[in-house]
Amino acid sequence: MRHTGFSFGLNAVVIWLCGLCLWATAAVALEIEDHRHYPGTGDRVLRIVSTADLEVFEPYLLYFHAAHPALSIDYTVVSSAELHRAIRDGRAFDLALSSAMDLQFQLANDGFAQSYRSSATEALPDWARWRDLIFAFTTEPAVVVISTERFEGLPLPATRQELITVLRDNPDWFQGAVGTYDVRNSGLGYLFATQEARSTDAYWRLSEVMGRLDPQLYCCSRQMIDDVAEGRLALAYNVLGSYAAERLAQDSGGRMRILRMQDFTNVMLRTAIIPAGAVEVEAAGQMIDALLLVGLRQEPDIWPLPPLRATAEGESAGFGPIRMGPALMVYLDPLNRRAFLEEWENALEQR
Amino acid sequence: MTGSASIERRLTVLLAGVAALLSILSWGMVTGLARQAAERTQDNVLAASATAIAETLRSEQGEVRLELPYSAFSMLGAISEDRVFYRVATGEALLTGYADLPVPAISPPAQGRVVFDTGDYRGAQVRMASVMRQVLAGGAPVSVTVTVAQTRNGIRAIAGELSQLAAMLSVAFFVVAVTLSAVAARTSLRPLNEIAQAVSRRGPNDLRPLRRAAPAELAPLMTALNRLMERLGQSLRRSEDFIVEAAHRVRTPLATVRAQAEIALRSVEDETEKQRLRRMIRAVDESSRSAGQLLDHATVAYRAEDLARDLIDLADLAAQTADALAPTAAMKDIEIRLETVPATVRGDAVLLENALRNVLDNAIKYSAEDTTVTLRVRRPTDTEARIEVIDQGPGLGTGPVEQLTERFRRGQNTQGIVGSGLGLTIAEDVIRAHGGRLELGQGPDGRGACVTLVFLLA
Ligand SMILES: Nc1ncnc2c1ncn2[C@@H]1O[C@H](COP(=O)(O)OP(=O)(O)OP(=O)(O)O)[C@@H](O)[C@H]1O
Ligand SMILES: [Mg+2]
Repeated sequence: MRHTGFSFGLNAVVIWLCGLCLWATAAVALEIEDHRHYPGTGDRVLRIVSTADLEVFEPYLLYFHAAHPALSIDYTVVSSAELHRAIRDGRAFDLALSSAMDLQFQLANDGFAQSYRSSATEALPDWARWRDLIFAFTTEPAVVVISTERFEGLPLPATRQELITVLRDNPDWFQGAVGTYDVRNSGLGYLFATQEARSTDAYWRLSEVMGRLDPQLYCCSRQMIDDVAEGRLALAYNVLGSYAAERLAQDSGGRMRILRMQDFTNVMLRTAIIPAGAVEVEAAGQMIDALLLVGLRQEPDIWPLPPLRATAEGESAGFGPIRMGPALMVYLDPLNRRAFLEEWENALEQR
Repeated sequence: MTGSASIERRLTVLLAGVAALLSILSWGMVTGLARQAAERTQDNVLAASATAIAETLRSEQGEVRLELPYSAFSMLGAISEDRVFYRVATGEALLTGYADLPVPAISPPAQGRVVFDTGDYRGAQVRMASVMRQVLAGGAPVSVTVTVAQTRNGIRAIAGELSQLAAMLSVAFFVVAVTLSAVAARTSLRPLNEIAQAVSRRGPNDLRPLRRAAPAELAPLMTALNRLMERLGQSLRRSEDFIVEAAHRVRTPLATVRAQAEIALRSVEDETEKQRLRRMIRAVDESSRSAGQLLDHATVAYRAEDLARDLIDLADLAAQTADALAPTAAMKDIEIRLETVPATVRGDAVLLENALRNVLDNAIKYSAEDTTVTLRVRRPTDTEARIEVIDQGPGLGTGPVEQLTERFRRGQNTQGIVGSGLGLTIAEDVIRAHGGRLELGQGPDGRGACVTLVFLLA
C-alpha cells in the first residue's frame, strides 16, 4: 500500500497554517504509477497527468492521437492526491484528468486552472461544468462488487440496510474478507465516503459493521476488484463501477458480480482542467473537446468509461451526480478532514 | 406657408425628449437597483455562511475547534458559480482556510456583528463577510474571526442581465411614448385644423361668424376671427351701400342730361353739332348703363350674403324674363323661342331674374336683326337643371371665354354696342351663390353663343 503524503496529523495542519504558498516550495518528487509516451510526427508534446489507468484510458489516447498524429502525447498516471499536489506545485502539465472532483474543484477555485471555451464545452449540461474551468466527461457510479463463489447461498443485498444485515448475520463468512477504500490515502475513497456520510445515515452503521469484520483497506479500485475476482475478498464496498464493469467484460468466468445499492448511489464525475501553467493550451483544449464528444455520445458503447448522463443507467431512484460547487471543499478543509478521519478510524479500526 | 416649425412636430419632439429622458433615467435606476439587490443577496448569503461557520466554534480540551458545515458552502454555490475562499483565525494565528485572505477590520470588536468589505484576492475582486465570536479556551476567552469571501462574477452577470432587460424595456417604453406623443400632438391640434378647414371651406362672400365648439384655448382666436369677419362684412356693406348711393345719385342727373341732349339734337341743324350731341348721348347711355349694372352688382353681393331659399320654377322664370325683354327683341325683329320643362330650384327670385336677364340681354344685344334666340330649360339628369340661352349672333370670339366673366371685361365684338362689362359677372355671381355654375360655349351648329346657367339639385 502506498502512502501519498496526505497524512493529516497535527503536522499537516501546521503546514496548512504556514500558508498555501508552502505547497510550491515543498515540492517532493512525483510518485508516478505508470507512464507512456506516444511519439508524434511533430515536435509539440501534450503532457497529460491523469488518475485513469492506461488499461481503461489508452483507447481515448489512441483515438485522439489518430486525429492529431503530429502531436506527441505524454501520459502520466498518478494518484488523485499526487495529481492535486503536482498541479499546485506548478509542475509542467497541459491537462489534468482526475476522478477526485473535490480536489479538481479546489484547484479551479484557487486559481490553478485556466478557462477554456468551445462549442463542445458549451454543449455540456450545467451540472457537468463549472465556470469554463472544469469539465466532466464521464459519470461513474460507486458500486459493490461481490465474489459469487463466496456469496453462495446468501441473499444478494440491494440496499445498505440489507447489506448490514447480511454482514451482521454471517460474521464468519466475511471475517477479513471485506474490502473498501482506505480513505486516508485515496482521494476518491475519501470523496465517496464523505458524500455518502452526508447523504445517508446508513453509512456509519455499515462502517461499524465492517469495522468488526477486520476490513481490508485499499488505495485503489483495481486491487480491490482483483482480490474479489480471485476470491480473496467476498465483497468490495464503494468500488468504481466503470473499472469493475471493464474487468467483468474482460474475464468474467462468473466469479464476480456488480451490485448497485438502490437506496443511494454516489455518482462521481471524472473531470478535466487545463492547469494555469499549461503550455500546449490549444492541444489540451482539443483533447477536452474529444473527451466531451465521447462523453456526450449517443451510439452504443465501445468505450471503457461510461458516458455523461444525469442519471446512471438502470437506476430506479435516479440519483444525480455529485454536485460541483464550493461545498465540495468543505471536506477538504484540514479540520473537517481530521474530524472525519477520526470518526472513520473509530468505526473501521476496532481492533 | 412660412414661419417657424410646425407645432405638431415641436410638440412631438418635446414629448419624445421627455420620454427619452425618463427612459434613460428609469434604465439607470433599475440598473442601479438591480446591482444593489444582487450585491445585497450576496452579502446576505455570505453573512449567513460566515455565521453558520462561527456557530460551530467550540472549545475542546483547551483548544478551539470548529467544523465547516456543508450548508455554509453549498448555499454559496447555490447563488452563483463563484470562487469561494475562507479563513478562520484567532488574532493572527490561522485555524483553517486561506492564510493570505485579506480580512475586513472589525472595529469596534463586537460579537456576532457581520462586517463586509470588498478587496482583491488571487487576481479577482472578492466580497468578504467577517464575523467575530468569542470562545472560552483554556479558561480565557479567545476571539475567533470567521471570514468568507466570494468572487463577484455571478452578481455582475445577474446585474448585467437585469440591466439589459431594463434597457430593452426602456427602449420599448420610449417607442410607445413617441407614438403616443405624436398621436397626442395631432389630437390636441385637431380643433385648430378643423377651424382652419371650416374657414377655408367657406365661399368668398361668406362672412358669417364661426359657430362651433372649440377648446377654451382657442376661444380668443375664434372671437378675434369672428370680430375680424364682422368688421370685414361691415366695411364691405358700407362700400356697397356707397356704390348704390353713388349709382342712384349719378343716374338721376344723367337722365336729365340725356333728355336735354335729345331736345338739343332735335333743334340743332348743323351736322357736326348733331354728331357731337349723339356721341354725348351715347356716353351718357354708357354711364347710365354702368351705374345700373353697378347697382345690380351691389344688390347681388348684398342679397347673396343671406340668400333667400324660395321655390322657383325655372320655366316660369324663363317666361317672365323673355316677356320683360320682348320689346327690346322686337326692336331688332328677334324672335325669342321658349323651350321649357318644369324644373324647381330653391333660391332668390330677384337675383335669378337679374342673372337670366343679363344673359338674354347679351344674346339679343350681340345678335343681328331678324334672328332667333332660344331660351331652353332642361333637366338632363336628376341632379342638374339648366337654362340655356342660344343665339345666332357672332359668338363669344376667339379669346379665352373665362375672362368674359371678369369685372368690366368686354369682348372685341362690342363696337357701337352699349355695355359696361358687368352682365356676365352678375350672372356668374348669382349662379355661384346658388351653388351652381355658368357655362360659356358655342351654339349647337358652331354658330352663335350658348350661355348656360347650371343648377345643381340637392
Ligand atoms: N351672346 C353673346 N354673343 C356675343 N358676344 C357676347 C355674348 N354675350 C357676351 N358677349 C361678350 O362678352 C362680353 C361681356 O359680356 P357682359 O354681358 O359681361 O358685358 P357687356 O354686355 O359688354 O356689358 P353689360 O354690362 O352692359 O352687359 C361682351 O362685351 C361681349 O363681347
Ligand atoms: Mg351684357
